[in-house]
Amino acid sequence: MCRRCLVDICTQGRLMAQVLINGLVVGTTYALVALGLAIVFGIMRLVNFAHGQIYVVGGFVVYYAMTAGGLAFPVALAIAIVATAMVGAALQIAFFGPVMARVKREEATMLLAMGLALFLEQTCYLLFGELQRGAPPIASGVFKVAGAFLPAGRAAVMGIATVLISAVIVFINGTRSGRALRAVAQDREAAQLQGVSLVRMNAFGFALGAALAGAAGGLLVTVVGIQAGGGAAVSVKAFIMIMLGGGGVVSGAILGGILLGFAESVGYMLLPGSITYLVIFAGMILFLMIRPYGLVGRPWG
Amino acid sequence: MTNAFKPTRRHVLMGATALAAGMRFVRTSFAADKVFKLGALGIMSGPYAGWGGVMSQTAQTLAAIYNEKGGVKIGEDEYKIEVVSVDDKMDPKTAITGAERLIQQEGIRYILGPNVDTTAVSIKPVLEANKAVNVPYAFSKELYIPPASNSILGMVASYQVAPFIYEYLRDKKGVKKVSFLAANAADALNQRAQGVRIATDLGLTVIASGDTYEPGTTDFFPIITKVLADKPDLIVLSGVSPSDVGPLVKSARELGYTGFLSTETGQDPKALYQVAGDAANGFIAAGGASTEEIRSQFMVDFMARYKAMWGEWNDVAALFVYAPEIILQTIARTGPAAINDVGVFKVALENFEGKNPFVKDPMPLKYVGRKDFGQPRQISVPIVVQTVEKGTYKPLFVASLAS
Repeated sequence: MCRRCLVDICTQGRLMAQVLINGLVVGTTYALVALGLAIVFGIMRLVNFAHGQIYVVGGFVVYYAMTAGGLAFPVALAIAIVATAMVGAALQIAFFGPVMARVKREEATMLLAMGLALFLEQTCYLLFGELQRGAPPIASGVFKVAGAFLPAGRAAVMGIATVLISAVIVFINGTRSGRALRAVAQDREAAQLQGVSLVRMNAFGFALGAALAGAAGGLLVTVVGIQAGGGAAVSVKAFIMIMLGGGGVVSGAILGGILLGFAESVGYMLLPGSITYLVIFAGMILFLMIRPYGLVGRPWG
Repeated sequence: MTNAFKPTRRHVLMGATALAAGMRFVRTSFAADKVFKLGALGIMSGPYAGWGGVMSQTAQTLAAIYNEKGGVKIGEDEYKIEVVSVDDKMDPKTAITGAERLIQQEGIRYILGPNVDTTAVSIKPVLEANKAVNVPYAFSKELYIPPASNSILGMVASYQVAPFIYEYLRDKKGVKKVSFLAANAADALNQRAQGVRIATDLGLTVIASGDTYEPGTTDFFPIITKVLADKPDLIVLSGVSPSDVGPLVKSARELGYTGFLSTETGQDPKALYQVAGDAANGFIAAGGASTEEIRSQFMVDFMARYKAMWGEWNDVAALFVYAPEIILQTIARTGPAAINDVGVFKVALENFEGKNPFVKDPMPLKYVGRKDFGQPRQISVPIVVQTVEKGTYKPLFVASLAS
């Protein structure tokens, strides 16, 4: 085999390794974003259009905690998680809870969510301005894996996201509160008859979903930065992920996030850029025609 | 890195204005007898808010400076300046509604913006039908070439600055191979097409010009991976938005790219440095007139006022400040008739020459564009090509637009 052919094979191999690493890194963070949306959808049957804006709030909390407050990243991230959880609980208690108690039509909560998304976005502009912000990276340096580049900051974000996702799975499957959340998601009336407080669980579920969005924003502000108007695009991608995986199913959201991450990574490498999302959307439409409840969702809900 | 929190007017007003957060219609008003109204119509929300939002804030800052001194003198009277801002959300339909509202309801005849081709072209018939003038930050030549006459380009177009940047990099830095990357949006794609043509004319080898990404993309690693596979000496980020430029530059450097990165649109170096860190060093962009080497004391004062009003300086404001200043100077020169009759204003464009208060060296403020558009429909903003160094711009060279 000629020397040039060997070089070409090595280059192609390195590129494919890079594509796989890109997919894994992007997919893991996407999964974290989708997980929060899936929890809210599963428990309350609510499509939370403000999910992306809560992600933005999480990013800005970490940014200001680190830059203006001089706090270390773990502390800043913890503050962002608590702050966004409180925002989520407040939205549920003040807005969604009363509306859902009075109106059974899903459009009402969808419109409310869209209104709150606009409200949060405009508030973010007033509070944080229009500039893109970036918190300092949480780790410096670049690893080389099979010839591909993996920046240490991204590797750390991927690791923390994996830990957070695992913690949520353990919590939902292994604790009393987690089982109560699952019970509400599966059958609200039966859960209520068993003594589960729907009001508390709704607020808790919304807080958990919002905290995950805030954690994702708080992690990614160190890698890609944050901007007050960036929430809508995050929400759209999160919807794609839970539609792929299956609405309201934790494992589906994770699978959907990782699938979208790999689809983007492979698509941008092999297809012209403008075609990638066209193919993703076309594929999603075809997929939903065959399996409208997603990869791991169930036809009965 | 520290960024101490200092309360500003934005923060003080925040609580009250949050209640009106859904409103897209903002104004500054005065109880003066004589008021001259300026419209600001642009993208004030979403990832491109760094353009329209800053454009509006810049006009309000300049208006505050004028108003503090009594206003602008037109004829025998002093006029307070009122800026009425409308968010077009980068949507042509919203832009048309916004232009109609500014002109028909507010009686405004001079509008700053819009910020992109799609919205600027969409309001062209509204301006012509209602006899109003605007200053778009959009490069489509149909806005400025006769029979069009109501739009004045407020900045240096990408196709005007690109030859300077490419030639500099070719001759001084040995650049031979260029790749282009653009968002999948009309303006960015148009700028990419023009950039490819200019690079080819200059003898550079364009090795990739088809790579795009979706507006709203947050992670550019997959996109940049493909661009770097071609091993370009220079990557041109055509029409890149302020929210995308930092992550793009950072991704390229993290993936081991050591070549040049440039854009022909205005960017804020501090924001870029904050997102990309040292990866931003060496990034080349077209800029306004705020670099230390060329700015006047008036520009320094303007920057301080902007910071006091909006919390922090944005370098793009140094570009946006030219349009309201030259409009006010022109109307002050032509007299009260031009306030409501843009015909009088347009006649004055041919020979108008005022003082450029933003640069320390003598440089007239006038309308140019005869070479590119066949008529004076562009503001004589200096061509400043800059490179980022630790969060600030260092000018590479300064040039002037052809008359």
